[in-house]
Amino acid sequence: MTGLSDLSIEAAGTGLRDGSFTSVELLAAVVRRAAITEAHHHAYLTIDRDGARLAAERADGELADGTDRGHLHGIPIALKDNMCTKGLETTASSQMLAGYEPPYDGTAVARLRAAGAVIVGKTNLDEFAMGSSTENSAYGPTRNPWDTDTVPGGSSGGSAAAVAVGSALGAYGSDTGGSIRQPAALSGVVGVKPTYGLVSRYGLIAFASSLDQIGPIARSVGDAAVLLEAVAGWDIHDATSYRGDVPAISEGLADGVDGVRIGVVTELMAEGIHDEVRSGTQEMIEQLSAAGAVVTEVSLPATEFALSAYYLIAPAECSANLARFDGVRYGLRVDGDTTEEMMQRSRAAGFGPEVTRRILLGTYALSAGYYDAFYGQAQKVRTLMRQDFEAAYKDVDVLVSPTSPTTAFPIGERTDDPLAMYYADVCTIPCNLSGDPAMSVPISLDTAGLPIGFQVMAPALGEEMMFRVGAAVERIADFDARPALASDEVVSA
Amino acid sequence: MTWEAVIGLETHVELQTASKMFCGCPVDFGDEPNTAVCPVCLGLPGALPVPNEQAIEGILSIGAALNCTLTESSLFYRKNYFYPDLPKNYQISQYTFPLCLGGHLDVDIDGTVTRIGITRVHMEEDTGKSTHVGRSGRIQSADHTLLDFNRSGVPLVEIVTEPDIRSADEARVYGTELQRIVRALGVSDARLEEGSMRFDSNVSIRPSGSTELGTRTEVKNVNSLRSLHRAITFEIERQIEVVESGGTVDQETRHWNEDLGTTTSMRNKEESEDYRYFQEPDLLPLHIDVSWQERVRAALPVLPAELRNRYRQAGADARTAEILVDGEGLGPLFEEAAVLGADPRAVGIWLTGEVISFTRTAETAVTTTPLTAAHLVELSEMTADGRLSATAAKEVLTAVLEGEGAPGEIADARDLIQVSDVGAIETEVDAVIAEHLDAFEKLRAGDPKTLGFLTGQVMRATGGKADPRVVQELLRRKAGG
Ligand SMILES: [Zn+2]
Repeated sequence: MTGLSDLSIEAAGTGLRDGSFTSVELLAAVVRRAAITEAHHHAYLTIDRDGARLAAERADGELADGTDRGHLHGIPIALKDNMCTKGLETTASSQMLAGYEPPYDGTAVARLRAAGAVIVGKTNLDEFAMGSSTENSAYGPTRNPWDTDTVPGGSSGGSAAAVAVGSALGAYGSDTGGSIRQPAALSGVVGVKPTYGLVSRYGLIAFASSLDQIGPIARSVGDAAVLLEAVAGWDIHDATSYRGDVPAISEGLADGVDGVRIGVVTELMAEGIHDEVRSGTQEMIEQLSAAGAVVTEVSLPATEFALSAYYLIAPAECSANLARFDGVRYGLRVDGDTTEEMMQRSRAAGFGPEVTRRILLGTYALSAGYYDAFYGQAQKVRTLMRQDFEAAYKDVDVLVSPTSPTTAFPIGERTDDPLAMYYADVCTIPCNLSGDPAMSVPISLDTAGLPIGFQVMAPALGEEMMFRVGAAVERIADFDARPALASDEVVSA
Repeated sequence: MTWEAVIGLETHVELQTASKMFCGCPVDFGDEPNTAVCPVCLGLPGALPVPNEQAIEGILSIGAALNCTLTESSLFYRKNYFYPDLPKNYQISQYTFPLCLGGHLDVDIDGTVTRIGITRVHMEEDTGKSTHVGRSGRIQSADHTLLDFNRSGVPLVEIVTEPDIRSADEARVYGTELQRIVRALGVSDARLEEGSMRFDSNVSIRPSGSTELGTRTEVKNVNSLRSLHRAITFEIERQIEVVESGGTVDQETRHWNEDLGTTTSMRNKEESEDYRYFQEPDLLPLHIDVSWQERVRAALPVLPAELRNRYRQAGADARTAEILVDGEGLGPLFEEAAVLGADPRAVGIWLTGEVISFTRTAETAVTTTPLTAAHLVELSEMTADGRLSATAAKEVLTAVLEGEGAPGEIADARDLIQVSDVGAIETEVDAVIAEHLDAFEKLRAGDPKTLGFLTGQVMRATGGKADPRVVQELLRRKAGG
């Protein structure tokens, strides 16, 4: 299958500028692809045909007039449906926000529009980004591009699937405990969680504010760099956004790993990691070593407690962040005899079971008498995790591990077992706790034909080195497999 | 048994900054409902708070004026509770590490100074306003509720005292002094009637001499300093009555009813007090470095207590000094006139009398009138040397305020100058004596009643312009007394 919608962002940009095709034609190819793939994968919640067409027409007009907004000019991209888009329905996959049209664009969205990007639509996610499989969507699950009986990972499963099947050239997700990297790994694409604060969270519907970070999902490391550069940088609307210069994300992509000190995280190669994932990861590490990297083993003892700490901190923050959904000002309202009853009924009807579970967990963890034992302890683990990373980065430039302990798992397998579901994030959560950047790069397929993702982690603002190693991994892996799409029509799309 | 009241006050002050605490919306209360709002102060999904530096400056100046330690690294917290006018259903507030800690405010009641400890001064955001429509106007029986979020997110400073207050009088004086300070700092108009300053009182009683704290109640909804005094007085008496009749005081929130003059329980069965505070992850710790602290302290204006001292040293009595501090522009006028040599006692009487009643009637401040310190000096000299009677001086002063010119011109124009020339008056006195010899003889014989009669005759003869003191002196001398 090849078509305009399978082009890299760089190749598409060249084509737009040399007159091979227009942004309107590129968009049409993407929309045609979606028309085929959506029935099987359900990556999108909303496709904004009219808005996207207007944006593509404007992009074409501007290019014709000599106005060039850069790498994303005229490029069709997809946004996770927890990123607020002015006048375009934004649901966070929740009944609570069915039909909700934000009156403003989030900062990342505004920057993408200013960069000339064409927003195709809004992608599916686990409700309020809570989940690891995109099964917790009020609007039905997304299915893995490589095997529709399996999950695409989550919570940014829609964005990962859209990029994998070519119904977008690139996409954005949000990563709170692995929600970009894990679906990228399970769907065979590149996913990046930038340093906390590098991309403004303004307009991202909050799940856990101290952990949430917007980042790109792409078919290549180079595309991911371009997508990240378009949205990174200080924002006056986000007090936690980083005020300094944006790292030179794409400058070292070709530099290779000769002499780069790579640490393999012992705890993330141990039991619990499936054999094929571990051996695939091990093989890549050996190849990196062969390419000149200095590979050592590094222990991060706090990882043992990271998952538990995360599942206290994130629910605690979400219990407050989601309190605003009360039926009073916007979103679902179920009437009651009193204001309290209206709020209770609206929340009971609007939130799905996983969201409710986490709100209850978080409320409990913050309650008087329990705070110290739960939330307080979790914060201590977070501090230890940061210290572990800081110590490790004294001796190595990057850390590596599998992105996910398994490849894609069957739909429905873990929906009744929250702990098994939570374990899917065991490799990704440490970097959310520390705030450091991490990315997943696909390296190979397991014997079932499902992708394996390789995680590269770096110290805060170490994106340049992280992308450099990620690009080297991509070259070494030479992973050019694409999911087989369901229909012959696809080829012409 | 005698009882002692133990009172602590929590005061909320809305800061009149250009914009709200965490967004760019204007702080403006006159607007149509829900016009000064944005995604942040409406609590829309995805919106984030950004702290307002002007508000931080405002609270630091309050803390500095209350002799607090300014915290170098201060944290914001989320205070979680559900209420329809709280758009996020949590309020961004402070918990541990508030911006200001451990100060005091001295209150002076008739010369007795009591030091009230300030536990903390912290920053938070205001809520929106609910208007319950229908029946009693209370939420329980309202037909519907209207929400206005213009006030949502307005910077709110909370000032918490130690339980150091022992009477309703002390509470009122504390409240008055705090209001003066906040106004002197220029950070708020601090009007209780409009809610830009609000007092909640924690009141308990204990046997006199005891050091233990009794069960306290929290009294809300006072909208003037007078009702603060009334509410506390009522609550103390109520608690004494409860305890003396064998009952116990419940820990609860009580609502002051201005019309009935009583407090009533606001207890709500589902209300719990667990706010599940945790550090606000959307905001970084605030670093108030030493140079910022020093800047704030250096920029403090002269505070009311110091002004009062200054006015007293310049010759005002205690009551006058207080009025001078409270009346806009009065104090500086007083000080300037005193420095230029005016009689401070007379100037004090004029400023707190004629001037205040004039400005009240005209609904203006003295600074907008033509009255200057030089006028006061002139007036002072004219009364001191007898050219103007006390009554005439007041008339002249009012005319100055009305813009008729300087005191001398007005006194001339109105023919108010007294004759103090002894020679001229003596001629008139002699004429009156000649005309009323009988009366004069009685005066000589020691009948004091005739002194008033003869003085009156001289005053009539001079058209009221003779200085009556001079007339009487002459009459006494001539009568040999
Ligand atoms: Zn606002």
